Amino acid sequence: MFEIEGVSKSFGDQTVLHETSVAFEPGKSTVLIGPSGCGKSTLLRILAGLLAPDTGRVLFEGVEMTPGNRIPMRHRIGYVIQDGGLFPHLTSAQNVGLMAKHLQWPADRIRNRIEELAELTRLPRPALDRYPTQISGGQRQRVGIMRALMLDPPVMLLDEPMGALDPLVRYDLQEDLLKIFRTLKKTAITVTHDMGEAGFFGDHIIMLGQGRIVQQGKLEQMILHPANAFVTQFVNAQRFPTLNPPKEPS
Amino acid sequence: MSKRSVLLWLCMAWVLVGFGSIRIAWAEEKEIGIGSKSFTESVVLGEVLSHLVRNTGARIEHRAELGGTQILWQALQTGEIDAYVDYTGTIREEILADAIRQGTKIESENEMRSALALKKVVMSERIGFNNTYALGMKRSVAERLSIRKISDLRNHPQLELGLSDEFFERKDGWRPLKEKYSLPQTQIKVMDHNLAYRGLEKDSIAVTDLYTTDPEIQYYDLVALEDDLGFFPVYYAVVLMRQDLATRAPKAAEAILKIQGLISPEAMSAMSAQVRLDRRPETVVAGEFLNKQLNLSLPLPQEGPWASLSKGVQRILSTTGEHLFLVLVSLGLAILTAIPLGIIAAGNETIGQTVLGIVGVIQTLPSMALLVFMMPLFALFDMGIGPAPAIMALFLYSLLPIVRGTYSGLKQIPAAIRESAEVLGLDAKARLKLVELPLALPSILSGVKTAAVINVGTATIGALIGAGGYGSPILTGIRLNDLGLILQGAVPAALMALAVQYGFALLEKRIVSPGLLGT
Repeated sequence: MFEIEGVSKSFGDQTVLHETSVAFEPGKSTVLIGPSGCGKSTLLRILAGLLAPDTGRVLFEGVEMTPGNRIPMRHRIGYVIQDGGLFPHLTSAQNVGLMAKHLQWPADRIRNRIEELAELTRLPRPALDRYPTQISGGQRQRVGIMRALMLDPPVMLLDEPMGALDPLVRYDLQEDLLKIFRTLKKTAITVTHDMGEAGFFGDHIIMLGQGRIVQQGKLEQMILHPANAFVTQFVNAQRFPTLNPPKEPS
Repeated sequence: MSKRSVLLWLCMAWVLVGFGSIRIAWAEEKEIGIGSKSFTESVVLGEVLSHLVRNTGARIEHRAELGGTQILWQALQTGEIDAYVDYTGTIREEILADAIRQGTKIESENEMRSALALKKVVMSERIGFNNTYALGMKRSVAERLSIRKISDLRNHPQLELGLSDEFFERKDGWRPLKEKYSLPQTQIKVMDHNLAYRGLEKDSIAVTDLYTTDPEIQYYDLVALEDDLGFFPVYYAVVLMRQDLATRAPKAAEAILKIQGLISPEAMSAMSAQVRLDRRPETVVAGEFLNKQLNLSLPLPQEGPWASLSKGVQRILSTTGEHLFLVLVSLGLAILTAIPLGIIAAGNETIGQTVLGIVGVIQTLPSMALLVFMMPLFALFDMGIGPAPAIMALFLYSLLPIVRGTYSGLKQIPAAIRESAEVLGLDAKARLKLVELPLALPSILSGVKTAAVINVGTATIGALIGAGGYGSPILTGIRLNDLGLILQGAVPAALMALAVQYGFALLEKRIVSPGLLGT
C-alpha cells in the first residue's frame, strides 16, 4: 500500500531522517512515535508529498510518487493535522466538500456524503453550517477528519491529531477514530508522542529516535523487551494520575 | 469561458472604450485648439484668441489653465493646441534653452523667431505689453524700511520672502537674482503666486515675485522694486502658433494675429483686475474688450446670480463625471495589473522584492514630473493632454497599495492552511482561487481601498493637463482667490473619498467570508 525505500532527509547540515525503509501494512493502523525532532513528522510529511526526500523513493500502491502524479495520489490519501487545518473562510460543510466540489461531484452526492460523515464522526448537525472560529476544538478536529475522509481514501495520515484537545474531548475522539479505522478498514499512519495513544491506536508501533527507527512492533514488546535504554526511558516517561504527589522541597 | 474571465474581459473592454471615447470626442469637437497657462492674464488672453477665432466661424476649444510652459509647449508641438500666448523672456530661457546651449545666438526677437521657425512654430509680433518679473512689497513696509530698489534688500537680511515655485525654479529666477544682487535672505517660502499676495497682505511674508501687469499691485497697494542692476529680461507677450495652421485654417490664423499690438499694459492690467477683483468671467471681459477695441459684436454669455448658479451646478456635475472617470479607469486598470503582480511577488522572493521595490519607487515620483514625462508618450497617440496621461499617472500611483495588499495578504496565510490545501489534492491554480485569494481578500480590498482614496485626492492634479475633475475649480479658485470655487472642488472630493470608504465597507461585507470577519 504505502512503502518507503532508503528515504533520508536533511535540513542544511542537520540530518533529520537517516536512510529508512518501511512498508506500511494495508488495512492496519501504524503509529509513528518518538520525542520531538526524532523525524516522525518529517517521515509523515514525506509520505504526504509535502517534502521531497533527499534519497530513496516513496511508493504508493506500487507506484513511485513524483511531482507529476502527486495530485491524483493525494485524492487517495486523507491528511489530518493538529486542530484540523481548516480553511477559515469556509463553513464546516464547505471545508469537507471543497475537493469533491472541485472534482465536480453532483451537489446531492456531496450533501449525502457530508451527512454520512457527520454521522460517522458524531459531529453535531448545526456545526456543519458554522465557520471554524465558531465551533469548538473537538468539533474542528472532527471536521478535519471528515474532510480527509470525503473522497473515501484508502490511506489516512494523521499528524498529532489530538495535540490541541483537552483530555475529555481527546478520550472521546480517540474512541471514535479507532472505530472509524476499524469499520472502514483504512490504512492509518498516525504521528503522536503519547505512548498511551500509540498503544490504543496502533496495530503496529514504530519508535524513532534521532532520525532512525529504534524499535517496531506492539506496545507490549516495547514495554517487556525494550531494544535499548532509550526505549525504556521513553516508555517510562509517561505520567499517570497518582495519589502520591512529589514531596515539596523543605 | 468562466464567469470570472467574462468579467475580466468586460473590465478590459470598459477601459478600452473609455480611452477610445476620449479620443473620438476630441477628434470631433476640436478644430482649433487654444491653450492658456494657469494664471489669469494667460486665461484672459486665451479667451481673446478664442473669441477672435470663433468669430471666423471655426469651432474652437480653449484648454485653459494648463500646468506650465513645458506642458503648453509640448501640447503645441504635438498639435493638441494650435496657439497660445507666451512671453519673450520665457521663450528664450525655457523653450529655446537647448538651442542656446548648442551655441545658437538668440537675443533679438527676430533671432527667436527664426529659431522657433525651425521647430515649425510661428512667433507673432508683440501683443503690446511687457509683463516682466519684479520683486514687490507692501508700500507701507517698503517706505518704513526705505527700500526702493532690489539692491536695498541687502540691508535687510531678516526679511522673509514668499516666492512662486516657478520663479524659484526658473533658470532666470531666484538663484541667479540672488547671486547678481548678493542678496542675504535665507528665509524663503515657496508658495503659489496667488497665495503670496495674501501672505503679503497679512505680513506673513515681506517680499514676493510678481508680474508687472498684476492688478493686485494697485489693489493691495504694493510697490514693484526697481531692478537697478537690470537683471530681469523683458517679457513681451507674443502668440506662439503652429506653422501649419496658416494652411489648414488660414482665416483662423489671420484672426489670431489680429491680437498683435492690440493690448496696452493698462488695458491688460484692467482686464485682469475685472476678472480677479470684480470676479467677472474671463470670456465676458475678453469679449467686451474686443467689441470695444475692434468694433465687433461678439455674443457674450449672461452674467448674474442665476447664470452663475446654473454654471456652478453644471460645473459640479461635469467635474464629478470627469473625476469619477479618472478614478474609475485608473483604479480598474491598476486592479487588473496589481493583483496578478502581487500574486507573482508572493510566489517568488526575488521577484517579489524587485516588484515591490519598483512600485515603491514609482510612488515617490512627484506627480508633476510624472505628468510631464507621460505627455510626450501619449502625444504619440494624439492624447498628450487630457485624461489619458493623468489616468496613467494615477494608475501608476495605485499599484503600490494593491500589490502590497495582495502580497502581504497571501504571505500571511499560515503554512498549515497552505499545506492543507496542497495535501487535499488541489492543483496550484485551484489553491489560489479557492483558498489563497479568498483568504487574502480582506488585505487585497484594503489595498484597493487605500488606492481608491489616494486616487480621489490625487486626481485633482488632472486639471494641470486639462483632464478636468475637481482639480479645475480648485485651480481656478486659487487663481481668482475665490474660496467658494475652491470649495466646489474640495468638498465634493472629500465627499467622494468618504463615499469610497463607505462603498468598500459595504463591499467587504458582501464579498469577504463571514468566517474571516470574526463573529
